[in-house]
Amino acid sequence: MSDADDAVDRELTMSRAMVESIAHEMRANEEVFYMGEDVADYGGIFDSTQGLLDEFGRDRIMDVPISETAYLGAAVGAAQEGMRPIAELMFVDFFGVAMDQIYNQLAKNTYMSGGNVNVPLVLTAAVGGTYNDAAQHSQTLYGTFAHVPGLKVVVPSTAYDAKGLMHNAIRDDDPVMYLFHKRLMGIGWMPAPDGPKTPVPETDYTIPFGSADVKREGADVTVVTLGLHVHRALDAAESLAAGGIDAEVIDLRTLVPLDTETILESVRKTGRLVVVDEDYRSFGVTGEIIASVADGDLDALDAVERVAVPDVPIPYARPMENEVIPDATDIEASVREVVSGE
Amino acid sequence: MVSLGRMRELYADMVTARHYEERLQEEYLEGKQPAFDISAGPIPGELHLAAGQEAAAVGVCHHLRADDTVTAPHRPHHVAIAKGVDLKRMTAEIFGRKTGLGKGKGGHMHLFDPDVNFACSGIIAEGCPPAAGAALAAKKRNEDSVAVAFLGEGAIDQGAFLESLNFASVHDLPVVFVVEDNDWAISMPKERVTDVENGSDRAAGFDMPGFRVDRDDALAVYEAAGEAIGRARDQNGPTLLEVQVHRRMGHFMGDPQTYRPDDDEEAALARDSIDRLESTLRDHGLGDDDLSAIRGDAEERVEEAIAWAKEQPQPAPEDAYDDVFVNPPSGVTTEEPDFDLAGGDDR
Repeated sequence: MSDADDAVDRELTMSRAMVESIAHEMRANEEVFYMGEDVADYGGIFDSTQGLLDEFGRDRIMDVPISETAYLGAAVGAAQEGMRPIAELMFVDFFGVAMDQIYNQLAKNTYMSGGNVNVPLVLTAAVGGTYNDAAQHSQTLYGTFAHVPGLKVVVPSTAYDAKGLMHNAIRDDDPVMYLFHKRLMGIGWMPAPDGPKTPVPETDYTIPFGSADVKREGADVTVVTLGLHVHRALDAAESLAAGGIDAEVIDLRTLVPLDTETILESVRKTGRLVVVDEDYRSFGVTGEIIASVADGDLDALDAVERVAVPDVPIPYARPMENEVIPDATDIEASVREVVSGE
Repeated sequence: MVSLGRMRELYADMVTARHYEERLQEEYLEGKQPAFDISAGPIPGELHLAAGQEAAAVGVCHHLRADDTVTAPHRPHHVAIAKGVDLKRMTAEIFGRKTGLGKGKGGHMHLFDPDVNFACSGIIAEGCPPAAGAALAAKKRNEDSVAVAFLGEGAIDQGAFLESLNFASVHDLPVVFVVEDNDWAISMPKERVTDVENGSDRAAGFDMPGFRVDRDDALAVYEAAGEAIGRARDQNGPTLLEVQVHRRMGHFMGDPQTYRPDDDEEAALARDSIDRLESTLRDHGLGDDDLSAIRGDAEERVEEAIAWAKEQPQPAPEDAYDDVFVNPPSGVTTEEPDFDLAGGDDR
């Protein structure tokens, strides 16, 4: 399994792990501060800043007006002055309100300045569906942020990864989109699956960006995924194993940079690729991964499938949301298809 | 002066809206106890209830016709009821049923009833530009319909609102912006995140009149809104109207409200606009029987809508693929794409 198997007994939820790394970095560096809606007294709607106000006070854990353009843009400006702001979009779906600051300022200022300006900003955002919050509060938008050059994109799937990736994100000199899935956080009112709660060392550690993690080794088929769907893929792998199919599950952990090597190495072994994503099917993560593998080693690829949200907005009602957001059964079916060659 | 008949109508809609929210709260909590799970029960997902905000909705919407446009935010039910949205189909939508306003695709934050020109959006302040657009259309067509955008006080710091004020003012559009000030943007009290105490002060910077009704009073809202909507209908341009309301429940169902001081909640509960109007109606000679008859009718209407909604069919899973476009472009298919990249034959 992964490097989470260090001899550590203490288990944390993903939100506690995130908060622990933020607190560590804030203690170490006075230039780190956190801005967002309901991040102070509430502690983040999805527990992303739980307890931080008590330790760091309102100057560093800042509630802000519902003015995403202003506070995300202010974070860009403060970062360009050398501070290390963390700014939170409560739901990633709200990015549209401040798209220019993200897409045209945050992502491009480094390049347009010929590298003379850098923007060490971490933009955190809650992503994902599975709880019937409908089209404006359920997206992941992974592909949207990975598409524009200039943003590093991080998607943790476990507490261990969440902590290490957050340390790395805050210390990185470039803009980082840190997208955490609501269903994985361990929030009381949104039960998480078993997987994301893992042993987490108390000391700080980093996980380099661009290092995908093989969460399950297997010989027959490579399943590449991220976020919540790492756990759904692992569930699928368990039930496939009962039927004699041995699936390898790769957790991308970061989309930018993308660890193509780990994927290629696996596909060379298995010959079969299933890419699973909670973003829209077209022009997104699944297409990109498949294209990267085709570019890298077309001959290694015997069969390929993708499992993603069909090109519809996320519907509200339960039967329809269940239909469009891939589950373990969908993943299993696709794996069976590539294995049987149908 | 507001006629007694109109007062009764306002009261009827207010008690309908209040009962509706209280009943939805019960329905929502079904299946979510003892451990609250947001995705469980007959109404999953977020639910933002508007108990305490009825005065703003009825005071404004009772000046409107079906061809006037209203946009509401994520907390829309009271406004929808006051605007005359089909209660049964709205309720079916909230229960995620196939015969709901949006066939179960939208949910409670995304209700659309074109028959009465009502729409709402889950993104803060984003109903403002479309309301200005509806007003623009009326103006271009020389029609006397108007548009009203409802938003919360937390939304007055949002670009979409401020840009819409300027756009409406520059083009003299027949639109009224109604700010429902319930003092709280989820956990953030107004004074922590907004520079002005009165949101209506924003109007001065955009060369339009701004009024604030500083108490939970449907009749005062009705009179102020009458002026604002009259100005719009007479082609005298936009108005910003702010109404003090109060939040009787959490921001969303499941909100622990640990950030909210007890005395704030108690003070809010004490200034009930329904009690206030009821007392005025009593001053006008209505007795217990009259009032309970109105309330009884309202409750019956709500119960009918909920009962009807719960009998409606669930959408089929494959219904999810319809309605992305009204005129699907050729080439769109629900069939699985076939990636035979390494097959060789087609290369």
